[in-house]
Amino acid sequence: MTPSALIVMLVSVGAVLTLAAFCIYRVLSLPPVEDDDLKGPLKIDTRDTEDAD
Amino acid sequence: MSNKPSGGGEQWATRIGVILAVAGSAVGLGNFLRFPGQAAQNGGGAFMIPYFISLLVMGIPLCWAEWTMGRYGGNRGFNSAPGIYSTIWRHRIAKYLGAIALLVPLVIYMYYVLIEAWCLGYAFNYLTGDLMIGSGGEIDRLVEQAKETSSSDAQAAASAYKTFFGNFVGSNQDGFVMGAGSYGGRWQWVLAGVFTFNFVLIYRGVTKGIERFCRVAMPLMAVLALVVLIRVMTLGTPDPSKPEQSVLGGLNYMWQPNFDALLLPQTWLAASGQIFFTLSVGFGIIINYASYLRRSDDIVLSGLTSSSVNEFFEVCLGGLITLPVAFIFLGLATGEFTDSSFSLGFKALPNVFTRMWGGQVFGFFWFFVLFIAAITSSVSMLQPVIAFLEEGFGLKRHASAAILGVITAFGVLFTLYFSKDLVALDTMDFWIGNVVILILALVQSLLYGWALGIERGEEEAHQGAQMRIPRFVQYMLKYVVPVYLLVILGAFVYTDVPKRAHDIWQSPVALTSIVFIVTVLAFLLLMVNIAGRRWEKSGQMKYEDRPSIN
Repeated sequence: MTPSALIVMLVSVGAVLTLAAFCIYRVLSLPPVEDDDLKGPLKIDTRDTEDAD
Repeated sequence: MSNKPSGGGEQWATRIGVILAVAGSAVGLGNFLRFPGQAAQNGGGAFMIPYFISLLVMGIPLCWAEWTMGRYGGNRGFNSAPGIYSTIWRHRIAKYLGAIALLVPLVIYMYYVLIEAWCLGYAFNYLTGDLMIGSGGEIDRLVEQAKETSSSDAQAAASAYKTFFGNFVGSNQDGFVMGAGSYGGRWQWVLAGVFTFNFVLIYRGVTKGIERFCRVAMPLMAVLALVVLIRVMTLGTPDPSKPEQSVLGGLNYMWQPNFDALLLPQTWLAASGQIFFTLSVGFGIIINYASYLRRSDDIVLSGLTSSSVNEFFEVCLGGLITLPVAFIFLGLATGEFTDSSFSLGFKALPNVFTRMWGGQVFGFFWFFVLFIAAITSSVSMLQPVIAFLEEGFGLKRHASAAILGVITAFGVLFTLYFSKDLVALDTMDFWIGNVVILILALVQSLLYGWALGIERGEEEAHQGAQMRIPRFVQYMLKYVVPVYLLVILGAFVYTDVPKRAHDIWQSPVALTSIVFIVTVLAFLLLMVNIAGRRWEKSGQMKYEDRPSIN
């Protein structure tokens, strides 16, 4: 494998991995949604089928 | 029909659920098959320079715009594009533009579900061993046949896999797979099962169907793809007599940059096109999914996360698996397959897995990964139309699913029957999956930049946002992105459309396919007209006077 191919691969894969890891970390570390804001399927008309479970 | 805003109905249950659903919609066969082929044909590693520039300049900004417009419309009572566009641009034409956003996912579903069934069918064929040479299955019979006209065993194997694919999809003659006794015909129950499963998911709804499925399917797809990646990275040099065909050789084949390619406009066009297709921009799906968000929900970080998850599947998995493994076993002959996703995926790779230790298991994993990638996309194509039927006509879910089932079944049977050389599928894919999505993306960029306005768009996007969009992105969305899209569309029309238009008159099947698409569009326009009258009559179009619902 040539050095230029190795560099391009490492930079491309590294950049995407870093961005994805940063975003997923940020999303997962957000505080849970406040109970008052939660509108679960029972509190709202989801129009899901009633016998789906 | 009540005056209650229809957008007050379904909502995503979790933050990660909507991210995985949007990412699932974006991750498809293109991530694993189209991207490596495009890179190999356009400068190898050098392709990544225009690729990343397009991602930053056009892809991610357009995604943010779609998320913003979707939530904006959803908070004003609409989940379907005709309604959402009407909330953004208060002009009666707006809702008719929304018909394009229904046409795209509807028609793409009609052939995409077929490809999805091929993936699952191939996965089953690995379980039964029919695709492994030496297992006594169907492929052995084809190899023996091919040996009569081939100069070597390798050539016979390559020919056998091409024939297998042809028989499986019926590309030899129209109606082939519907014929009794044909090999592909025996697998039509897979198509029926896949088609039904899509509707089971959509019938269960956004939360119980799509979200729950994507929360399981996306991690499963990542794990299976990582298992295949580890296998590929530990292949070493399978044939010591060909030392160049090694893991490093395979990676070099994919990533070796040819910087001269950057001087060619075609490279930049291909890179921006790939970004465009991979992020599902202009499919009418993100705008629908985002309409189920609350006003307080974040869309900036969520949009960026779903885009980056999609890029992970494309660059880190598709870029490290597909072409490297093909090169390790097929060498430079891999280049013969890079011009078509179908060739690379369904003709070259089965020939690779049969030569690999544990190939039957890894072949199954691979095609199951492709199947998951496809089904998380196909199910997302149904939801925009379901939402339209529900809010446009006040239909219950079972009624709208039944109507959509009949419409799509007709389209799937059309594509399935006209299978010779895959002309019907190819025609629909070119005109809808390439040309019309560009037009729709242009429409949406104009709606965001000029109808909604970047000031209001920026304010709307930052409601509940967990990170800020840089200010210059708004100017890019208003000025750069529409021009960029116009250039791509113009170049595309200049280079590809004349030949395709000529082909329509040469092929009755291609012409019939176009007539079919136009008929579907006319039907949708009529439906939008009727729905628009209902909305006006019920007062739903007076959204500006109504506070947002969340």
